[in-house]
Parts: sequence; C-alpha cells; structure tokens
Amino acid sequence: MHNNKYLQEEIIRISGVNPSKCMRCGKCSATCPAYDEMEYHPHQFVNMVESGDIEPLLNSESLYKCLSCFACIDRCPRGVQPAKVVEAVRLTAIRKKGANRMTADAVPAMVDEDTPQQLLVSAFRKYTK
Amino acid sequence: MKVSYFPGCTLKNKAKDLDLYAYKSAEALGVTLEEIENWQCCGGVFTTANDEVATKLSSIRALKYAGDKEQPLITVCSACHNVIKQTNYEMQTNSQFADKVNRYMANDGTYNGETQVYHYLEMLRDLVGFDTLKEKVVNTLKGKKIAAYYGCLLLRPNSVMRMDDPENPTIMEDFIRALGADAVVYAKRNECCGGYISVESPESAKRNSNAIIENAKANGAEMIITACPLCKYNLVKNGADIPVVYFTELLAEALGVKEDTNA
Ligand code: SF4
Ligand code: SF4
Ligand code: SF4
Ligand code: SF4
Repeated sequence: MHNNKYLQEEIIRISGVNPSKCMRCGKCSATCPAYDEMEYHPHQFVNMVESGDIEPLLNSESLYKCLSCFACIDRCPRGVQPAKVVEAVRLTAIRKKGANRMTADAVPAMVDEDTPQQLLVSAFRKYTK
Repeated sequence: MKVSYFPGCTLKNKAKDLDLYAYKSAEALGVTLEEIENWQCCGGVFTTANDEVATKLSSIRALKYAGDKEQPLITVCSACHNVIKQTNYEMQTNSQFADKVNRYMANDGTYNGETQVYHYLEMLRDLVGFDTLKEKVVNTLKGKKIAAYYGCLLLRPNSVMRMDDPENPTIMEDFIRALGADAVVYAKRNECCGGYISVESPESAKRNSNAIIENAKANGAEMIITACPLCKYNLVKNGADIPVVYFTELLAEALGVKEDTNA
C-alpha cells in the first residue's frame, strides 16, 4: 500500500476530477446500482485516489462492476464525478499488456440468440484495450 | 424535413424492429431519415477519460458527416445517443481534445461540435411536436397503461444530455399520452438495469431488472417501452411477464404503419 505519486497524478489528469472537492457525504455510493458487488465503493475510489492509495484499486474487481450508469455523476452534490475516477483507474489497469479481461474466444459461451450486439460491444469497451 | 440518421450496430441486427419502425413512423410524420454512409459502431459506452481519442473517432465521423450536410443527427438507440452526445460535448468544450482529433483527421477539415444531436424522442418533441404527433394518430392506444423505462443512458449525465429533468423526466410519458395511452409513472424508471454486467454477473442484472419490472407492475403497468436494445434484453431475459417493446413499435402501431413494415 505504498503512496504512488505518479499514478495518482496520472489518474487525476486523465479523469479530469479533483478528488479534494469531495465532502465524503456518501451519496454517490448510496445511489450506485453496483454497490453490493463492489469491494471499494465510488466514494472510496475518490478518497483513495486523493490519498494516493492506488494499488488496491488497480487490483480490485470493483473496477469491472461499475455500469457506467452515471448516477453518481448526476447525484453528487459537489460535482466530483466519481465515475470518471473509476474509469481512469480501470483504464490504467487494462492498458497494461496482457491485462485484457475478455477475449473473443470467450464470446460464444456468453451469448444466446437474443443477445444484442450492443451488449458485447459495451463489454469489450469496458473490459479490454 | 430531412435529417441524418445513425442507426448503430444493434439496430441493423438484433433490434431490426427498432430501426424499421423508426423509418416508417418518421416518414408518416414527414421526416426523412437519411442513413449516414459508412457509419461505424460507436462502441456502446462513452469512455470518459480525456486521453482517449481513437475510441471516439467513429462518433466524430458521424457528427461531421451530418454537419457537412447541415442536418441534425438523429439516433434511436439510447447508448448510441449517449456516446455521440458526450463525444460532441467533448469536441465543444475540450479544445485540446478537439485539436488532437482535427489534426488526426486532417483531410476532413475541422469540426468543433457544431452538429445538433437529437434522440428520436427529442426529434418527436422538438422538431415534430407532440401536438402534431397526436393529430397523426390513427389507432389510438386509449386505456392502455404503459410504463416508460428510461434506464440510465438516455438522461445522464444531464449536464451533457440536456434531454429532460434527469430525476423527474416527462418526455416518454408525454409521448405515451400523445398516442392516447395512460402513462404509468414509477420510481425506478430512471435506474439502471445492469447493462453489460449481464455477461459477467447475470445475477446482478437480474436483481436490478426484477426490481424495475416489479415496480412498474405494482403501479399498474401493462406494458413497458424502452429505447435501448440492452434494456429490452435485460428486462425480457429477467422475467418480465408483461410485454417490453421498443417505443418506435408503439409509435408505428399508433400511426397505422406497423402492418406494412411486416417485421
Ligand atoms: S457510474 Fe459506476 S460507480 Fe457510478 S453509480 Fe453507476 S455503477 Fe456506480
Ligand atoms: S457524492 Fe460526491 S461529495 Fe459525496 S462522497 Fe460521493 S464524490 Fe464525495
Ligand atoms: S449504441 Fe449501440 S448499437 Fe449503437 S452503435 Fe453504438 S454500440 Fe452499436
Ligand atoms: S441497458 Fe441498462 S445500462 Fe443501458 S441504458 Fe439501458 S438501463 Fe442503462
């Protein structure tokens, strides 16, 4: 759990989020539809990036549970935009060589005859680089 | 009126109904949808990171194509609409990003987010008008209790989408009323169904979707309408025991053009 200054700056830069605006009200996490699935919740992403505690987030399954529903963005009273922090950490994780979470080989097992293309396209967008 | 139209990958495949009924209904309302040539899939989810360029180019090409024809750009799929509107907003507000894109697409000249993007529902409200729509209805849906399911992508983030009040939207209810039916208002209409999580954790998509269906039914819904193929898939797959249909299908039915599409 070392303080990783470079990654912290990079995540702040590519997300465009200023985590110090957060007043820790927890509203983002309260409204998050993926809350139960997440080890770290949206407000924790914001707070851990603020304190430079990046490694646990990079290695957490929580990255892949965010639905990009933007509820936390619209409902944060301080305009922090937590989803952008989650997205920036997720990209930092999957941009690493060999870190793709989904492969084309896995697709046939995931689809049924009604699966919309949108589902696969979206999953690939979120899970791979 | 002629407008540029971005159908998206799903509307050309699994959601053919959404597409066909959109064309036929627009025609009946005096709008010609001109499909963008060589459009490319938008990717389904907008990547919010400001250093992502390549994943946004397909949207920008579509936007620029419409702009060059001096037409508004119309989308039907909630996800396409979300990705394209957010990308356009980034072109308008992030000059560094816009500069990168314009240099990359050098031969295409410059584009800075000038194109107006409308979801089909916005087109009905703002370009056609719900009053005009009401006059064109031939098969009234009177007495039918219909619940609108907005999901997440149609309305959020509101600072960019600017479609309606994100917590108390009315556009789909006004649409339902214009067709003569009763709109069922329920709390979960703008909560997420789980989206693409159904590939990894079908159980959590199930939980979210069930809560939405139960909430709509508890308020008397006999039918749910949606603009998103993934919403429809998740709701149907997770036990919806009332019909879940695309809003364009309902529209085509009310306008009396459903039969001749034969879809
Ligand atoms: S965007 Fe992600 S983190 Fe934010 S509320 Fe939705 S699922 Fe939760
Ligand atoms: S809602 Fe906004 S201010 Fe409140 S905890 Fe979340 S990020 Fe911080
Ligand atoms: S939203 Fe959908 S269906 Fe539409 S192009 Fe984009 S991904 Fe494909
Ligand atoms: S599929 Fe679910 S995730 Fe997508 S717009 Fe519909 S509600 Fe949101």
